[in-house]
Formats: sequence, structure tokens, C-alpha cells
Amino acid sequence: MNNSLWSDALYRLSRNRAAMFGGFILILLIICAVLAPWIAPYSYSYQNLSLGASPPSADHLLGTDVLGRDLLSRILYGARISLLVGFVATGVALIIGVSWGIIAGYIGGRVDSIMMRIVDILYGLPFIIFIILLMVIFGRNLWLLFGAIGAVEWLTMARIVRGQVIGLKNQEFVMAAKGMGVSNISMFRRHLLPNILGPIAVYATLTIPQVMLLEGFLSFLGLGIQPPMSSWGTLIKDGVESMEEFSWLLIYPGITFTITLFALNFFGDGLRDALDPKTSDN
Amino acid sequence: MIAIFFRRILVAIPVLLAVASITFFLIKIAPGGPFDADKAVSPQVLKNLNEAYNLDASNWEQYVDYMSGLLRGDLGPSFRFPGRSVSEMIATGLPVTFELAFYAILIALVMGIFSGVLAALKRNTFLDFIPMAVAMIGICVPTFLMGPLLVLIFGINLEILPVSGWGQLPGDKILPSLTLGFAYAAYIARLSRGGMLEVLNQDFIRTARAKGLTERMVVIKHAMQGGLIPVVSFLGPAIAGLLAGSFVVETIFQIPGLGRFYVEAAFNRDYTMILGTTIFFSAMIVFFNLMSDLAALWLNPRSRDVS
Repeated sequence: MNNSLWSDALYRLSRNRAAMFGGFILILLIICAVLAPWIAPYSYSYQNLSLGASPPSADHLLGTDVLGRDLLSRILYGARISLLVGFVATGVALIIGVSWGIIAGYIGGRVDSIMMRIVDILYGLPFIIFIILLMVIFGRNLWLLFGAIGAVEWLTMARIVRGQVIGLKNQEFVMAAKGMGVSNISMFRRHLLPNILGPIAVYATLTIPQVMLLEGFLSFLGLGIQPPMSSWGTLIKDGVESMEEFSWLLIYPGITFTITLFALNFFGDGLRDALDPKTSDN
Repeated sequence: MIAIFFRRILVAIPVLLAVASITFFLIKIAPGGPFDADKAVSPQVLKNLNEAYNLDASNWEQYVDYMSGLLRGDLGPSFRFPGRSVSEMIATGLPVTFELAFYAILIALVMGIFSGVLAALKRNTFLDFIPMAVAMIGICVPTFLMGPLLVLIFGINLEILPVSGWGQLPGDKILPSLTLGFAYAAYIARLSRGGMLEVLNQDFIRTARAKGLTERMVVIKHAMQGGLIPVVSFLGPAIAGLLAGSFVVETIFQIPGLGRFYVEAAFNRDYTMILGTTIFFSAMIVFFNLMSDLAALWLNPRSRDVS
């Protein structure tokens, strides 16, 4: 039943050149990130102090930073952290948001209105401040970072899922399943979840770049990843500190970060158009 | 509408009190105190300091003390800047941050609405593709990269604009405002293009054209009112985003605004300052969200009668 939807979507996606290009770049980046220890020319922490900050050369394709560390290697290793934050924090947001939305939408009534009221209220709060606060109070822990970012980004997901579930709830096949005495758990798993997978996939793809931006923002303020490890955000921060003399230290990490966000956004937009042709005009 | 307004205000008050309480106790469980950094402090001095700021009382007493002060509008003294109260510091930082945010929003609205509406009217032409491509760049280049890049180009290489400061050198407000405004211009351009496209296909636009209005009147008087509702709804959350942006922009350009105060307070563990700014920011965001929701309701005639 779902096969035709997904194969149609795949066909439409394959016709969308911007989205395919975005997807291609993403796959390339993920491969680079996974293989970083093997393909990076140097270790991320290997210092050659006598070299100092040197411009791009044959030995160091993207130059070195002020401590003589190879920039290309640091960008490759940084991809691991930045992409990991993007995927894991989005995963956290997905789990919270989807369960919240399904429960609110399916149960409905008072439970629904209370749960969505909570979402409305949380929407209006300055979460960025709480994340900064958490990072300052509990130290700059990578897992805390995942949790904190994920805990902020689930709100929109909950709203989207709830809307979808309410739309599905009154359809005949759901009522039929209910009439046959299907339990709540298998109702979610077999009937509701497969039918809202499309919007979830789309929104998840569009959440990843937002999460990466947030991580970059925190790292930029000095609250993210600790040296000698680096994410793209910390690389950009370091680049800014020395950009007057060594502009390549800002420019290359900046380009990498921007291209990745471009790729994710194009792919996400393409996925949305492919799964829901009606909205492709906007 | 007035009923909605009061109902929302009634919800906002307990929410803000909850924010204040949660922040208060979060800070209490944090390791390290505000005077840890001053290594030279003797135990006696530390004791006196704690006494002076009432830090030796029980958490509960301090909480009751703080909350009753809050209700009177007293946010307490700053720990790091002796002799200055948190309210005073907010009052010095606020005008700077407001001015920055105001210019940024102005740039964003003018650039965003103009290019978005134009793109919708000239759909699938160059006037559509180019602004939308630029908007995509605006969304993908984060503020903390855009700011330094603008500084690198206009401040360091071309040497035509100051690289930092606020109100000290002529033109030093241009780069910070552009940095902060550009990302929102991009979002607003996309939103207004989408909103306009939706409205332009509707019957009342055909009616307006059929009765012989000029295209200009159709767009300005009829289409924009409905087409820009998404932009108005976006403005509330945008204020919250501007705040986060102001942390970065004020840090990059060394602007003495509220955002930089907050980041510094967080690093210095200036408890009262963190608490005060958090509550203040929350109140502002709740207020602006309310305003933008009301404006969006008012712009949409269908929801005007529903209370």
C-alpha cells in the first residue's frame, strides 16, 4: 500500500537535480566523516609548532592553524562531531516529538489540549538561554549537548505529528482496526506510524541543519566542543580569532559548513516536494 | 480579541513565575560560586561577602526573598559588579540591543518583503530565481560566519567600515545591523513569496482585477494584506531568534548590549545577573509572541469576530 507512494516519491526525487546534488554531497560528507581516521593526512591533534600558521601548500592542502595543525584533517574530524550532533540531536527530537504528537493526537480531548498547551507555552520561551545555562552549569559535555539541543527542537515535530494523527484518526481503516480490537501499541506501529513517516522524514531532514547551526552557535560562544577536538563551529571560532592575518582559517571551515547546510536544505526541500507534490509550489 | 489578549496574559504570568523558579534552582545546584574566581579572597572575606549577599541563608529563604523582590521589580545587586543593580545593568544594555534589533528588523522587513513580493509577482523569471537563491544563502550562512566575513571584506580588506564598536565611529552600526538583519531578510523573503503566491490565485484578487483596479492597487491593497500574514506570525518567534543573534553579533562587534552582558554573566557565574536577564528575556519574548499573534489575527478578517 505504501510502496507506490515511496516509489513515486523516489522517482520525483530523482528528477529533482538540486535535491539529488544535495543528497550526493551529504553521502560524500558522511563517508568522509566515517573514514576520517584513515583518509585524513594527519591526526587532528598533531602539532608542528615550527610550521605555525602556513597557507595552503602541497603538504597541507588547506594550510595549517596557528599551532601547526593540518586544517584539512581538522575539518574532516570536525565533520564527525558536527554531523554526529546533527543526527543524534535530531534523533532525540524525533523520539520526543513523535511520541508526544501521536499520544496527543490519538487520545485527543482534554489530554490533547493540555499537551498542546504545554507545547505552546514552551514555544514562547527563550530556550537558547536555557541551553547556555545548562552548558555553563553542567560543563561542556557532548551528550548533554545532544540532549539539550534535542529537547528544544521537538516542539515543531510534535505539532506536525499531532496534526497528521488527527487527520488519520477518523479514516475508515483506523476505525476498522479499532473495531477489530487492535491494541494501542500495534495501532501506533502498524497503522499510524507508517502513514506519517513522510512528513516526519521531511521535517527531520530540515531539523538537522538547524541543530548543526545551534551547535555551531554554542561552539562559537565557547560553550560547545572542547579542544583539541573540534567541530566546524569551533573551527570557525578559531578562524575568526586569527582572520586578519590567516584568512584561510576562517574561509575553508566556513565554506564546508555552508555547503553542508545548503546540501541538507536542498535535500530536505526536494524530499518534501517529492512526498507531497501539492506543496511543491511554495 | 480583547478576551484573547487577557486570557493569554493570564497564562503568561504563571509561566514567567515558573521560569524564574526553575532558573533560580538550576543555578543553585550549579557547582562553583560567583566568588570562586577571586583566588585572593580569605575565608573571612568570603564569609562576609556571602553574608552581604545573603548567600548563607537557606535556599528556600533566598528563593522567597528573591521572588518577593521580583514582584516589586527588584532584581537584586550584581555579584560581579559591586554597587550596581541588575536592573541598572539591564537598563544600560537594553537600549543598545533594542536599537540593534530595530535596525536589523527594519533591514529584514524592507529587503525581505520587497524581494519576496517581487519574486511572487514575477514567478519563474530571473527576478524570482535570483532573490530566492540569495535568500537560500542567507539561510545557510550562519550569523557567526556572516559577521566575521563582512568584517573581513568591508572592515579589513576594503577598510571602508569600522570593524567593531557601537556609536563611537561613523558607520559602525552598519555591519552589525546587516549581519543580524540578513538572515531574517532571507526567511521573510521566502515567507512573503509563499504567502503572496497563495493569495494571488484567490477569487477576491480576480474580482479586484475584474473591477478594473490597477495591478499596483491589487497588489498593495488586496494581495499584500493577506499574503503577508505568515510574515507577521513569523515576527514574534523572530524576536526570540534576534536575541540569540544578538549574543553572537554583540560578541563579534564588541557591542555593550544585553546579549553580551548575558554571555559574560553566564561565564562569570553572576547569579543574579543571569536570573534577572533570563526572566527579562522571557518576559520580552512572551510579550512579542503575543503581539505578533494578535496582529496576525487582526489581519485575517475571518478570525476577527471569533473571540
